[in-house]
Amino acid sequence: MAKILSQKFYDEMTRLEPRYPTRVALLIPALHAAQDEVRWLPPEVLDEIAAYIGIHPAQVREVASFYTMFNLEPVGKYHLKVCTNVACCLRGAYQVVEHTEKKLGIKVGETTPDKRFTLHEEECLGACGTAPAMMLNDDYHENLTPERIDSILAGLE
Amino acid sequence: MQQQTETLFIQHFGKEESRSLAYFREKMAGYSALRKALGMSQDDIINEMKRANLRGRGGAGFPAGVKWGFIPKQSAKPKYLVCNADESEPGTFKDRDIMRYIPHLLIEGMVIGGYAIGAKVGYIYIRGEYTREAKLLNQAISEAYDAGLLGKNILGLGHDFDLTVHRGAGAYICGEETALLSSLEGKRGEPRVKPPFPAQAGAFGGPTIVNNVETLAAVPFIINRGGDWFAGLGKLERSGGTRLFGVSGHVKKPGLYEIGAGSATLRQIIYDFAGGILHDKKLKAVIPGGSSAPVLTPEEIDVIADVDTLAKIGTMLGSASIVVVSEEYCVVRLLTRISKFYAHESCGQCTPCREGTRWMTDVLYRIEHGHGREEDLALLLDLSNNIAGRTLCPLGDAAAGPVASFVKKFQADFEAHIRGGKCPSA
Repeated sequence: MAKILSQKFYDEMTRLEPRYPTRVALLIPALHAAQDEVRWLPPEVLDEIAAYIGIHPAQVREVASFYTMFNLEPVGKYHLKVCTNVACCLRGAYQVVEHTEKKLGIKVGETTPDKRFTLHEEECLGACGTAPAMMLNDDYHENLTPERIDSILAGLE
Repeated sequence: MQQQTETLFIQHFGKEESRSLAYFREKMAGYSALRKALGMSQDDIINEMKRANLRGRGGAGFPAGVKWGFIPKQSAKPKYLVCNADESEPGTFKDRDIMRYIPHLLIEGMVIGGYAIGAKVGYIYIRGEYTREAKLLNQAISEAYDAGLLGKNILGLGHDFDLTVHRGAGAYICGEETALLSSLEGKRGEPRVKPPFPAQAGAFGGPTIVNNVETLAAVPFIINRGGDWFAGLGKLERSGGTRLFGVSGHVKKPGLYEIGAGSATLRQIIYDFAGGILHDKKLKAVIPGGSSAPVLTPEEIDVIADVDTLAKIGTMLGSASIVVVSEEYCVVRLLTRISKFYAHESCGQCTPCREGTRWMTDVLYRIEHGHGREEDLALLLDLSNNIAGRTLCPLGDAAAGPVASFVKKFQADFEAHIRGGKCPSA
């Protein structure tokens, strides 16, 4: 089986291994590192991680599917996750979501046909004092308004 | 305005330079507590912690010194100190600022904690979304390793401690300590049956202490200035130190406010510190301790905001996260959103929680959309009652409490939706 994950991934795993008393503890760090490279976790990547750690592929899927941050389906180049939990919904998060849906021409949960944008509603991001908040890939954007969304989107390639 | 007590954390927030080891040493007497602690006995440290009346800042409010005292002195398996940096209770955003602005304070607290309980390995379990905070922590950790403040023979005083940042991946339940440990071990974040408690068998089967970020960040102050001094920062007998209150929702100045524990009422925090209600609207509801905390009406907020005082009126301080709701937002809609969150985050192990949270959300959804039935309110209370106390972990209670309290305290709003066939404000 040809490897998909890079040497950088394996070097990172080698660095982390002595930090844990069991090999299975590497699983979540491995899923993160793999997703950082591939942007999502296709079945072949899950199998490669299983082989590396030495566990059954089903065990990798069991864990990967538990955590919402792991994308088991492809996502666009820009993954927007807008928090709509208590503090954010009180400060207009649903208006932000609706505006973004209109602007991108997709509904929550969908990806634009050109694969540039994926939009999700997110649970609390821990930025309630600067609500509403969203993640754009790994970065936080806070104090959102429909106008802020426009300028953030306009600034993307 | 309340008289301000001394603050420990907040004056360092918002500054880029406060992250560095140099700043920490110069402005915060950084790592001097560590040197002092490594010259003390483990029992003396734990006794100092007990005197401090430091109650866990994550939500349960359990005295941290007492918790440390639960760790067995002898253990065949390695012991662990784990920092709960999952910060996932909706409304909570305090630990993020500690980690991104004063990461060395947390590191110092953890090295001291490791020494006190006899652990040579520590983990910071940080919620996956805090990517940037994890990076900043890692930078501070490598600075600390380079300076001989982590690793082998720390400060030449014979204590070893390795510290690793472990990222979660988006699961509210991992804020619950046994779920967190399952997740740390590379499993699904499912809570475990207690006993055994983590102090007996926690991470990787070894005796483990799990403490919140703010709890561990208080430790260096307690060592440097003494447990009695720390206890005196609090205004109530059993609650020491300062507390970081996060105020969000419909206030003019949302954000963090640090005050002596037990030194202000909810009303004072909302009106004097957070500037009062947004757009000068009428206050409708206050959730005092993160979204799990049973809701309060405006008539109930002249109560001291602390662990025991809020427990006495049937709610909780939790993570000291106050969510303020004005008359501008429909409480039925808000509860439906809160309920949907718990249904989404239920791990699915316990039937009352897995089925009950979804069922409550369905009932609330139909009420919100004008399809509710007269008997639905009794059904909601019945469901809530059959979840609370019947699950392995507190997520069941967290889902049940808001439903029961909103329905009882804002019954007229729910009835208006049912009888009017729509949201009256729509």
